[in-house]
Amino acid sequence: MALSEQDISRLARLSGLRLDSNDQTRARQELDRILGLIEELQAVDTTGVEPMAHPLAAHQDIALRLCDDTPDPASTPEQRDACMANAPAAHQGLFLVPTVIE
Amino acid sequence: MTQLSEFHSIQALGEALRTRRVSAAELAADALRAAREYADPNIFLHIDDALTLEQARAADQALAAGSAGPLTGIPVAHKDLFVTRGWRTTAASKMLAGYVSPFDAAVVDRWREAGTVSLGKLSCDEFAMGSGNENSAFGPVRNPWDPERIPGGSSGGSAAAVAAGLVLGATGTDTGGSVRQPAALCGVSGIKPTYGTVSRYGIIAYASSLDQAGPLARSARDLVPLLDAMSGFDPRDSTSLETCDGAANAPGRVQAAFDAAQAGFQAGGERPLSGLRIGVPREFFNEGLSADVGAAVEAALQVFESLGAVRVDVSLPRTRLSIPAYYVIAPAEASSNLSRYDGVRYGHRAAEYTDLFDMTSRSRSEGFGDEVRRRILVGSYVLSHGYYDAYYLQAQRVRRMIADDFRRVLAQDCDVIMGPVTPAVARRIGDNRQDPIADWLGDIYTLGVSLAGLPGMSIPCGFGGESGRMPIGLQLIGRYFDEGRLLALADRYQQATDWHQRIPGHA
Repeated sequence: MALSEQDISRLARLSGLRLDSNDQTRARQELDRILGLIEELQAVDTTGVEPMAHPLAAHQDIALRLCDDTPDPASTPEQRDACMANAPAAHQGLFLVPTVIE
Repeated sequence: MTQLSEFHSIQALGEALRTRRVSAAELAADALRAAREYADPNIFLHIDDALTLEQARAADQALAAGSAGPLTGIPVAHKDLFVTRGWRTTAASKMLAGYVSPFDAAVVDRWREAGTVSLGKLSCDEFAMGSGNENSAFGPVRNPWDPERIPGGSSGGSAAAVAAGLVLGATGTDTGGSVRQPAALCGVSGIKPTYGTVSRYGIIAYASSLDQAGPLARSARDLVPLLDAMSGFDPRDSTSLETCDGAANAPGRVQAAFDAAQAGFQAGGERPLSGLRIGVPREFFNEGLSADVGAAVEAALQVFESLGAVRVDVSLPRTRLSIPAYYVIAPAEASSNLSRYDGVRYGHRAAEYTDLFDMTSRSRSEGFGDEVRRRILVGSYVLSHGYYDAYYLQAQRVRRMIADDFRRVLAQDCDVIMGPVTPAVARRIGDNRQDPIADWLGDIYTLGVSLAGLPGMSIPCGFGGESGRMPIGLQLIGRYFDEGRLLALADRYQQATDWHQRIPGHA
């Protein structure tokens, strides 16, 4: 199945990527080839097979462990600052972004 | 001045350290010099002498106090996918250039607590996406056996550093073969343990249901303490296991299983592997396998037979399907995991933009390399409305069928599976640049193990290529939680052969 230019634009938007026209052309060619490869899955009869989400599900009954949704009491403003030290733009504990609401 | 290059095993160096013939600080200083002077400047992405020497001094204190363990003072290095305090962490991506983590990955913590001395951060494919280390934003890594060739990937820097003798152990991660394949192509030993036995906390996420850390080293014997120390339950990783078939998931488990297997082999005398059934999947010896790799693997199987093992023909009929299944599931998870790079909280931000969405998408397009963008696009496609069932869920169904095939064969037909790791020896740098999908097809023998969550390893078993000087790896695949026994089997092979002792320039 060949992808259209509109398909690529939509995928780029979904992916949060900006593709110029050269990128678009190349992405289209590559994705067509990749989709041809993964198309092979369609021919497999998987009737009655449960999708396997957890990598050990073929071996044992297993579910993801949940953790308590509580703040870490040991957290300090210094730790917050350490975490924010990598932010491209920050001010007094806030991440700065372009204006969202005028 | 004592040189790291005088020591060829962790045990030998450990003894020299514990008897105080060598100091960890002196050794670390020499290792740092060797790392800086090494011919390939791309192999390390960050070295910081002060941080390394601080760990070396701590090791010397433990050695003086008599509290040293088997890894105290051993020079290692970490794949740049593991976050580290102090050393920069980039995942070999422009997106994270200059990033410094406020915490250490669990594996980094565990190795430091075990006394290892880290020389710094090793190159890899960007966000671990690739099989040749050419996808690093900071330049390709060269194979120590031939600088014109790739070291494999994605843990290419790790495998090359071990092969070059710059470290005695390195961390790697394996999502579809990223420990086993570079180990094979660089002639070193590497193991990917069962999914869930090693914490993923602090590993920059690529495909979370597949990512698993594992060590690379010269020999199976060296891998034992390295894997043992990094294994164990960690509440901070939601897929970390508390128990492995009833045994506590904690340091000591791998070592105990290794020792128990060795004791059993010892009882066999001249034929230590008597009764061991080696399953050889016929699908691993297809038309895509090059003759030199096939011959080296065949010779290795004969060594195992001479040790008492018997060979059983087995079938993993969906081997070929592991490629499309993996290249749906991994990109799907990657597109989700990498959505965090938004140019807001950390990472690259474009210099010019109009609004928030424009800022994010420009930042991502500038920060990510070609292969990462490609996999994100594929992931978005297979997860998008209308295709989710047809691709993503279908791939997960096929994943279960692949895992069931392995389980059936390992339950009924054999005790271990063996075969090639790669279809061919390391290719030349730049060879697949016009055809990025070609490398994907080369992952055919490693992907199934990752999809099934099984333990697998690679050990050197010969040389091939036009020069006859490029390493070839043998893959060993065990049952769930079989790491200790796999390492013991590999050790028996390495007692009977010397491929693992060959070093570049002296083969």
